[in-house]
Amino acid sequence: MSIITATDTIAKSQYSHYNNKVAISRATSEPAFVRRLLISIVLLFLGVFLIVPLLAVFTEALRHGFATYFAAISDANALAAMKLTLIAALIAVPLNVVFGVSAAWAIAKFEFKGKSILITLIDLPFAVSPVIAGLIYILIFGMQGWFGSYLFDHDIKIIFAIPGIVLATIFVTFPFVARELIPLMQAQGKDEEEAGLVLGASGWQILWRITYPNIKWGLLYGVILTNARAMGEFGAVSAVSGHIIGMTNTLPLHVEILYADHQLAAAFAVASLLALLAIVTLILKTFIEWRVAQNAIHNESI
Amino acid sequence: MKKSLLAIALLSIAFGAAAPTLASAKDITLLNVSYDPTRELYQDFNAAFSKYWLTKTGDKVTVKASHGGSGKQARAIVDGLDADVATLALAYDVDQLYDKAKLIPKDWQKRLAHNSSPYTSTIVLLVRKGNPKGIKDWDDLTKPGVSVITPNPKTSGGARWNYLAAWAYAQKKNGGDEVKTKEFIAKLFKNVPVLDTGARGSTTTFVERGIGDVLIAWENEAFLAQKELGQKDGGKSKYEIVVPSVSILAEPPVTVVDKYAKKHGTEAVAKAYLDYLYTEEGQEIAAKNYYRPTLASVAKKYEAQFPKINLVKIDDDFGGWQVAQKKHFSDGGTFDQIYQK
Repeated sequence: MSIITATDTIAKSQYSHYNNKVAISRATSEPAFVRRLLISIVLLFLGVFLIVPLLAVFTEALRHGFATYFAAISDANALAAMKLTLIAALIAVPLNVVFGVSAAWAIAKFEFKGKSILITLIDLPFAVSPVIAGLIYILIFGMQGWFGSYLFDHDIKIIFAIPGIVLATIFVTFPFVARELIPLMQAQGKDEEEAGLVLGASGWQILWRITYPNIKWGLLYGVILTNARAMGEFGAVSAVSGHIIGMTNTLPLHVEILYADHQLAAAFAVASLLALLAIVTLILKTFIEWRVAQNAIHNESI
Repeated sequence: MKKSLLAIALLSIAFGAAAPTLASAKDITLLNVSYDPTRELYQDFNAAFSKYWLTKTGDKVTVKASHGGSGKQARAIVDGLDADVATLALAYDVDQLYDKAKLIPKDWQKRLAHNSSPYTSTIVLLVRKGNPKGIKDWDDLTKPGVSVITPNPKTSGGARWNYLAAWAYAQKKNGGDEVKTKEFIAKLFKNVPVLDTGARGSTTTFVERGIGDVLIAWENEAFLAQKELGQKDGGKSKYEIVVPSVSILAEPPVTVVDKYAKKHGTEAVAKAYLDYLYTEEGQEIAAKNYYRPTLASVAKKYEAQFPKINLVKIDDDFGGWQVAQKKHFSDGGTFDQIYQK
């Protein structure tokens, strides 16, 4: 106790000739060279780990000119991979929107037993390695798995075919929408919905007129993340794909095959599509964050 | 008059009957699940077979392909990857299709000539241009400071052939002394910085990433790297093949996967596909892709392409794949023993 007082008085006496403003800025910031050093370390880090690899993808892709680039991305197998990737995303994203909104709605607006278990389950795909996610489906639907012989006898193909790829994609993207919406919906509370209910609104009216407008931007954000992951997923899809060229390869798997075929330029050309997707995603994400911030300011001014 | 009417009636019946057969020119899809380095071989072969089958029967065959480490591919077929034909790196992996899932009969290997291996290969050493480390034989791979690239024998068929080729050499050198042989292999694997999961991964490590002084590789893969990849960036090859004094006769077998083919109704086409591998055309394609042909006439034609090597055989020197797998590559086998040290 006495020590603290002692240093306090020393500090006071030492800096008493500074005015308050300087003292505050001194207290909250480091000397200029430290600041510049830290900033350049961060920039260097970003450059080496993010920007250089990204540039490398595009330079490698265009190394042999635009003709090779377009030949690579318009190749029949590449087109098949794009188609499959789009199919998987087009199925996985809407389903995850439905699941995600329902789960977030149940968790944020209601109290029930087992709620924490449900939240844990939703997070499970984040905790499990994607390869394991793929293997789970092989254990269930594979020939040696639980339903293997039934599916075989009834001529239903799940793994090593499109349904397996869609299932694996849904599994790994499951948490994105729900995780995005739960905190948002919890913060908003249920007052507005209750008011709507009291005024005689039906369930659908409450969903469309009250809940949906409130979560619109958060939902869109979740959809964009889901989509990016759905199109970029490698591990889980690789486990259930069977790697049939031109049939069960998604874009990331196609990149791997081209690389193994020693077709570097083509591999990077297809990879550049995925990189472009990432960049578009980031731009959209930034835009949405900006819109959300604008909304918040707007709401506060009211 | 009546007769001609009858003739017309008969003709129309004949055409009526013929019409469905004409219309039934089918679109058939075959799935060939294969191991890693056969990509180029089967790209060429599938095109040739489709052409052959179209002229022979009028049916259009599209052959789809899947490539990966041989053990991994066998596992996928067992799990339900419904291949019509499996063309893997070694008999043990094909045996799994019977052992684990009864997809094929036990005596599958007797169904086609040459132990069901239409083409063979062997294991050679690929070094960088000028052979800077002076590698001449397996001995040089155990020297300190030599970096050796080979895939993981647990997942790769090629890696298992590599391992057994080195083993055969060490055993001969040490007069059959197993302890010394093991020491030799242990020393060799001390020089291995990366174990890729498949042969193609190792080639990529050696060629594209520039790691290692020597690549233990399938002969066909070594030729491919030397002739096609090495010359990509201007003229002379950047690699040289070193032929060791002893190597192993690698027999990559092929089989129809009966259970799946039967379900797809493709048994006949699948069988014809494999038979075509044994024909002169098929053998030519194999030889052009640096696989050793088994048909005498084609083998003679390409004699100069393949170096003469003293080759040991899996059945004679290792007691067949079942025995070799158990002794060397199963859990606790010699590979585990030397690699855990």
